[in-house]
Amino acid sequence: MLKEALIQAGMQPGWAAFIDIFLGVLVAASFGMVWVLFGIWVERKMAARVQDRIGPNRVGPWGLIQNIADALKLLTKEVIVPRNADRPVYFAAPILAVVGVILIAAVIPFSPVVIGTDLSIGILYVIAVGAFGVIAVLMAGWGSNNKYALLGAFRVVAHLVSYEVPMVLALLVPVMLAGTMSMQGLVREQHIWYIFAVPVTAFLFFISSQAEVGRAPFDLLEAESELVAGYNIEYSGMVWAMFYLGEFMHAFFVSILFAVLFLGGWSGPGAEQIPFLGIVYLMLKSMLVYFVQIWLRLTVPRVRIDQLLAFNWKFLVPLALANVLLMAFLFKIIPTPDFAGAQAIATNEFAGVAGGIYRLFGPNQIAELPRTGLLLLGNIALVGVTAALLGQAGRRARRQVEALVDETDYTPRAEGAEHTAEAPAAAAR
Amino acid sequence: MELTAEIVVFAVFSIITLTGGVGVALTRNLFRSALMLLVSLFGVAGLFVLLAAPFLAAVQVLIYMGAIAILIIFAVMLTRGMVTARRVMNDQWSVAAVVALFLFAVLAVIFVQVGQGESAVLPLNPTGDPPADGTAALGQALLDPAQYVLPFEVAALLLAGVLSGAIYIARDDEPDEPSQTRG
Repeated sequence: MLKEALIQAGMQPGWAAFIDIFLGVLVAASFGMVWVLFGIWVERKMAARVQDRIGPNRVGPWGLIQNIADALKLLTKEVIVPRNADRPVYFAAPILAVVGVILIAAVIPFSPVVIGTDLSIGILYVIAVGAFGVIAVLMAGWGSNNKYALLGAFRVVAHLVSYEVPMVLALLVPVMLAGTMSMQGLVREQHIWYIFAVPVTAFLFFISSQAEVGRAPFDLLEAESELVAGYNIEYSGMVWAMFYLGEFMHAFFVSILFAVLFLGGWSGPGAEQIPFLGIVYLMLKSMLVYFVQIWLRLTVPRVRIDQLLAFNWKFLVPLALANVLLMAFLFKIIPTPDFAGAQAIATNEFAGVAGGIYRLFGPNQIAELPRTGLLLLGNIALVGVTAALLGQAGRRARRQVEALVDETDYTPRAEGAEHTAEAPAAAAR
Repeated sequence: MELTAEIVVFAVFSIITLTGGVGVALTRNLFRSALMLLVSLFGVAGLFVLLAAPFLAAVQVLIYMGAIAILIIFAVMLTRGMVTARRVMNDQWSVAAVVALFLFAVLAVIFVQVGQGESAVLPLNPTGDPPADGTAALGQALLDPAQYVLPFEVAALLLAGVLSGAIYIARDDEPDEPSQTRG
């Protein structure tokens, strides 16, 4: 709309398009920043409830304005730079950390019409901009000239880069099912939420995206008890707040991505007709995912670095590989749903009860149902095999522990051995 | 020549790419030099976008910036002693200069020819329009037996070989194990 108006006002079409895009970028970028002010309040309140506290309750009703006060405080604080810091690198790192996250917002489909840009390679773009986060942490760790910061930065390579593997393998499955990498296309092709068809994939993506965000139980980059604060130890004031901002936005954006990929994005009754409803649906679904995320964060303790890597390479990656292979195989042998036929039944007035059912649930959804069911069966089989393998590994671990216990004269063997042996298997699950 | 938004964007990304390249060569600090390489690679990704090749741009960012450059930075960080080069460590700069000049001449000839639309080396797309769905076409070409499936699979095999070779070299040799089984 703006573009046409500018062209009418005598502007060159190229420049008009440029300004149009520029303003769009500004809106998409600010959305995340504004949301964070509210999101942090939600998270603090929830953390307080989990830990049996009240949480922010002084500034404004229910402490709603607390975060604005905090932001003002951070803005006015002095930024202390270490004397031996590599200053250009030191200051570029937090900017890059935020930019890398904001870039994700460009391809999020908020409603049928509201999207920054519907790239044909939407998903690949999201993975690609994830690289900025890794670089930002490396730069922060190096630029600070501090041993703890550098240790935190070293962990990045082991942690973020290896969790990218199961994440990419998990993202392949929805792309395969929808036949497109475009975010809008993924929502439109998702007649039945993919979480029903491929729950294992959804699980893999959820876990690896948690690790990518770097929040508990995967917050090894800034493990307070081991690295003091990790890569951001030398940052203060607003420069530090930018890392914080980036982390919060990232946490929320991966929730949105989960909602888009596995919970049908903006789709819902009436979303096609009233675009605003689409935004409401997407936000509701994302908040649900965000809630699970915070819940996990607040209840699970931090893992050790060796556990983190073993969990990734010995459990997530093999499972993701098996999952992709199995889903590709099933997807090939299951016949494509007859969307046109279903549409015909729904529009046929003489179809009676069948027509009514088809109209009520939507013809595409009914047509998709058999395929979803078969894929779900495949997933259940995969879970069964995985559980059996894990059980076997658990028993093997138990035998080892029992052999150890036998050698010593520690008598109450049965219960003690059982507990220790079950622990690795339970942790892996 | 008319000043369009496209030309401005092209200029911006060209400057980013070239600044990064010059920075890599001129910075004495190895870590900053690696960061300048990132800047340069980012500029190239921008140029890919401008050429209507978003897939290549994303792959450029993902592989070159996300993997290769990070590996380089990591290697630099592990070799702290030589981060700041105090003297020029390259004794073969004269040979390098000749090679660089030769490469520049070849590229200059090609670009002049392309500019005049008469290149025998690079066949030009006559319509000038990029294909509508380049990513799908690329995928099909890579897996089509009539086109590139053999080089594609050979490259995959090569990478697998490199990977196992790297593991073999990096593995700790345990002295108490019998060593005659190792080649």
